[in-house]
Amino acid sequence: MTNVQGRAKRPASVVWKSILKHWQLYVLLLPAIIYTIIFAYKPMYGILMAFEDFSIKRGVWGSEWVGFDHFARLFKSYWFPIILKNTLVISLLNLILGFPFPIILALLLNEVKNTKFRSTIQTISYAPHFISTAVICGMILLFLSPSNGIINKFLNMLGQESVFFMQHAGMFKWIYVITGIWQTMGWSSIIYFAALSSVDKALLEAADIDGATRMQKIRFINLPAILPTIVTMLILQCGRILSVGYEKVFLLQTDTNLVGSEIISTYVYKVGLEQSDFSFSTAINLLNTVVNCVVLIIANKLSKKITKTGLF
Amino acid sequence: MKSFKKFIRSDKFFQTVISVILCVFAVTQLYPLIYVVSASLSAPSAVSSGKLVLFPVDFTLEGYEYILQHKDIWIGYGNTILYTVLGTIVNLIVTLTCAYALSREEVEGKKILMIFFMITMYISGGLIPEYLNVKSLGLLNTRTYMIIGGALSVYNMIVARTFFVNSIPNEIIEAAKIDGCSDFGTFLKIVLPLSKACVAVQILYYGVARWNAYFNAMIYLDDRDKYPLQMFLREILIQSKISMDAAMAMTAEEAKLMAEMAERADLMKYCVIVVSTLPMMIIYPKLQKFFEKGVMIGGVKG
Repeated sequence: MTNVQGRAKRPASVVWKSILKHWQLYVLLLPAIIYTIIFAYKPMYGILMAFEDFSIKRGVWGSEWVGFDHFARLFKSYWFPIILKNTLVISLLNLILGFPFPIILALLLNEVKNTKFRSTIQTISYAPHFISTAVICGMILLFLSPSNGIINKFLNMLGQESVFFMQHAGMFKWIYVITGIWQTMGWSSIIYFAALSSVDKALLEAADIDGATRMQKIRFINLPAILPTIVTMLILQCGRILSVGYEKVFLLQTDTNLVGSEIISTYVYKVGLEQSDFSFSTAINLLNTVVNCVVLIIANKLSKKITKTGLF
Repeated sequence: MKSFKKFIRSDKFFQTVISVILCVFAVTQLYPLIYVVSASLSAPSAVSSGKLVLFPVDFTLEGYEYILQHKDIWIGYGNTILYTVLGTIVNLIVTLTCAYALSREEVEGKKILMIFFMITMYISGGLIPEYLNVKSLGLLNTRTYMIIGGALSVYNMIVARTFFVNSIPNEIIEAAKIDGCSDFGTFLKIVLPLSKACVAVQILYYGVARWNAYFNAMIYLDDRDKYPLQMFLREILIQSKISMDAAMAMTAEEAKLMAEMAERADLMKYCVIVVSTLPMMIIYPKLQKFFEKGVMIGGVKG
């Protein structure tokens, strides 16, 4: 075993002695290690299915190898451009529109002097985070209902015709992103608000003496202070560029908005579990994972170059 | 003009503007929730005709009376409580033991172990291999998998580990060692009692996720009597679509009946949302201090 704690290299016998002395610590590690091996690492060898004509009877090792056939089939398929476009559009829209809101909210909350008022607003802002996906989607369907929904009632009042929101492929991304901002904005602001509390008070006082306005203090002191947090969150988000929250998409899909709502992960589910095309489904999923990892690494490299902060 | 400029730049004006913006924001966050509660207590016809603005119109408990008789809701509630309580206990055991061991200097190969866990955050076998894995273990359609599935969230484990590293003074652990306390004893009798905030955060993170989850149940469960609440919510809220196209092709009387049924179905949906979401809405404000702290711990070294 290599020594990783930066201490001088010790002979193996010393290392073994230390392990034996603290054997109980290793026992504490066991549940997590066993769980991870059985439920996370063991299924990974199933990725091989993407390169073979998998049959359950013959198993992963017995099935016939087909190389990159499934990937070729995927690139030529009718749905591939659609699911790729939808996944990217929804994801980027979510990133561009959703990312700034929690930061703005945290900056605003940080300026409030009345603690009671601030914490009340914060409590309210967390509420949507605790509502389940099924209920959120149920609420969306109720509010947007063409016959009884409050949004269409409002449009009718203004003399407009009812809009069939959920049947409209082009509207899907907006519904997804806007309701997503509503649900996560308050919760996501916690981390920025926490980072703001670590801003050096002396700096702010010095700025006061120099006659800086509130906006100047926000721009030149608060914002730079939370920049590392912002960058970290941004990289993490980039690493999920192809992983749109499928649970919500899945529940909001209708047959008529499918052209605008089918994304990679829902397609993986349909092909895999509904049509039982195991190999094809695994191939799509593998492609998804690879792209995510590549984007994460690129985002991390770029960020290290530009801001000198990175995840790894 | 000069005094106006001064006023704009004044602290009082700034505070007022911010308060107004935040109040508007709070209203947008709360209004949909209040609307749902009010709609669940109003006559269906009042809601569909757009009379409901904020407070219930033509107060009725009809929806709730119907929900109380709906057996699925209670089966789902029972299962969800079972999965949430037992599942969260499993989560705590697996997560806290691992996090504590990884927080200790003495453990060899810590960096390799961290990589071993963190890889699983970014790479997974995917839906199908995981499904076949669960199947090969004989855990398909079992309550056992609903409880042990997702036993470890690596992110939560890192949050707990960061807490142990930063908030438990090394001197206390050293002192316990000198007093002859074993590693097990130190963890159970000294570290855990000092980590109440951390444990609370973990319970909240895992508990909320378990309470709200439906996807695993949809994939791994077949029997309706094992379904958690969220699965029944999905059936009631999402899948009971009453087609309005069908209503158009009917005679006036049939259409009217159909519309009434649709209104009634909506009333039940509002009631179901309230019944299923109320526990969370009551609990989370009490835990606000804890999870704000938890996010901070996790944010320091994510």
